[in-house]
Amino acid sequence: MAGAGGGNDIQWCFSQVKGAVDDDVAEADIISTVEFNHSGELLATGDKGGRVVIFQQEQENKIQSHSRGEYNVYSTFQSHEPEFDYLKSLEIEEKINKIRWLPQKNAAQFLLSTNDKTIKLWKISERDKRPEGYNLKEEDGRYRDPTTVTTLRVPVFRPMDLMVEASPRRIFANAHTYHINSISINSDYETYLSADDLRINLWHLEITDRSFNIVDIKPANMEELTEVITAAEFHPNSCNTFVYSSSKGTIRLCDMRASALCDRHSKLFEEPEDPSNRSFFSEIISSISDVKFSHSGRYMMTRDYLSVKIWDLNMENRPVETYQVHEYLRSKLCSLYENDCIFDKFECCWNGSDSVVMTGSYNNFFRMFDRNTKRDITLEASRENNKPRTVLKPRKVCASGKRKKDEISVDSLDFNKKILHTAWHPKENIIAVATTNNLYIFQDKGN
Amino acid sequence: MFARGLKRKYGDQEEGTESFGTVPSYSLQRQSLLDMSLVKLQLCHMLVEPNLCRSVLIANTVRQIQEEMSRDGMWHGMAPQNAERAPFDRLVSTEILCRTAKGPEGVHSTPELEDGPLQGAASEFPMVSSAQGPRNPQSSLWEMDSPQENKGNFQKSLDQIFETLENKNPSSVEELFSDVDSSYYDLDTVLTGMMSGSKPGLCSGLEGFAAATPSPGTTCKSDLAELDHVVEILVET
Repeated sequence: MAGAGGGNDIQWCFSQVKGAVDDDVAEADIISTVEFNHSGELLATGDKGGRVVIFQQEQENKIQSHSRGEYNVYSTFQSHEPEFDYLKSLEIEEKINKIRWLPQKNAAQFLLSTNDKTIKLWKISERDKRPEGYNLKEEDGRYRDPTTVTTLRVPVFRPMDLMVEASPRRIFANAHTYHINSISINSDYETYLSADDLRINLWHLEITDRSFNIVDIKPANMEELTEVITAAEFHPNSCNTFVYSSSKGTIRLCDMRASALCDRHSKLFEEPEDPSNRSFFSEIISSISDVKFSHSGRYMMTRDYLSVKIWDLNMENRPVETYQVHEYLRSKLCSLYENDCIFDKFECCWNGSDSVVMTGSYNNFFRMFDRNTKRDITLEASRENNKPRTVLKPRKVCASGKRKKDEISVDSLDFNKKILHTAWHPKENIIAVATTNNLYIFQDKGN
Repeated sequence: MFARGLKRKYGDQEEGTESFGTVPSYSLQRQSLLDMSLVKLQLCHMLVEPNLCRSVLIANTVRQIQEEMSRDGMWHGMAPQNAERAPFDRLVSTEILCRTAKGPEGVHSTPELEDGPLQGAASEFPMVSSAQGPRNPQSSLWEMDSPQENKGNFQKSLDQIFETLENKNPSSVEELFSDVDSSYYDLDTVLTGMMSGSKPGLCSGLEGFAAATPSPGTTCKSDLAELDHVVEILVET
């Protein structure tokens, strides 16, 4: 597989694993989202318990230039709490569905995190100095009796142990009736969109009491509902363009300059169905679980149950590339429907140069597809390979017939171990892969 | 890994001359898929907040099966001998349901079967058959329904599901207090082999399927509206 810098194949090595070791997974620890910031220095995870954990990469050791910095915990905070909707008598889960970083403008970092109903803007700032020498306050904060003050001094800043504070700066609430599945920050860095099953809203980062509805696919009669929004994203360069995907396998590109309500799409991307593969499950497996623009903005990638598709924005009638993630599951769709695995929502991501795409699968496998060499690889996130700099061995699933040595048969796959969330460092060959409750970080072996 | 929990004994009671190890007929597979989907819709509707995407996808699958069945004329295509069979025939174990004609692959049962509602249902049905006697007077109301009637049930139930989803987001005070069809909760009692109250719902429709007498002469859609009306009256009582 071509590396980012040259023609050599990347050899992926285990770097770190974060999270509990035992197999008994606490529900709250289930990782629900993973995201690098724009520089790649920070890596954020959200979990089902509503917590956000941010890891920071250590400064590179200049002497040992082949070993990139480790990621260590930088900040942990409770982003969302469980709520109760009294009107509907329903609990609102605190699970973090998505985290998106804002580009850094000053010393502080900002990110948006969302659960099913509420989006929050968090400021993460460092404090490594504190003022000392107040006139009216003791060092422990107690106020002094003014009559005891005989001399005056100017307080000075003295160094202290680094403290990382997270504070909620904005809370964007009460704008979504249905469950939020996506948030996306516009390239103008002033607005962002939030999408639920039936509607997409446009917000200004400074304004919390108002949002504009830009897409509404709710039918007048809910009985006629046959399609929902599954993901949405702003174009990385054009601040007027965004896309949203649906449960019927379509992607609509909308231009906000055309009208206030973007119910009419500018482009509709849809691949005609393959009649030879038609079954009662065709629609379910065509439902798109994730859509991501390439960094260049020329392509977009969609993930459905069995495949990853790359679309050229200039061609609507079919994708330019299709990669099969786990085609061996096609004959198992009935069982996967019965145990609900067919509804699993896998995400996908691009590498920094848009040459390789990655997505997760079952049995803690994840897959990478090199768009140039057309080669693909299956790797496993497992604690068995947890010696640093151990090169990961490619895995292979045997669909039918004789199973070769080291191959795994489809029937042995563990469908409880699914990798839904993966992220790729924006500049380096460093990837973060989330299993149910562990976060794995892999790096390429050398430069 | 998921437990297997297969009820292999039911393989003996499949229709026709099928024995364990052969592929069941397409119509049986389709029927079982329909039943499974309806169970899923029921269950997901009972969860704290139903996942709308999942509900919509399952409902669309149900509609597809319905449409194909009505095109094939399967609604009144059940052979007379099937009417005598016990209801549990309809919920076939997944291993049989998912068996394909692809040879050895099909024979190897899929290991991802969890102890889900189907297994639970299958294990409870022997109790149902033994309790069938005293229940008949109540359930005979539904057994007299023609198959088209059941189709109306499905459509109505699908609509009910979306209406109730809608009702979860009330825009008026009246909607807040609108009745949720309590028959959704009847599924539990059906699965445990007991007949619940008089309110018919999806689950009663499932039983009605098995005992429905075929009426070969009628068409699928002609009396639908009239039967819907009848059903609504019955629901009100």
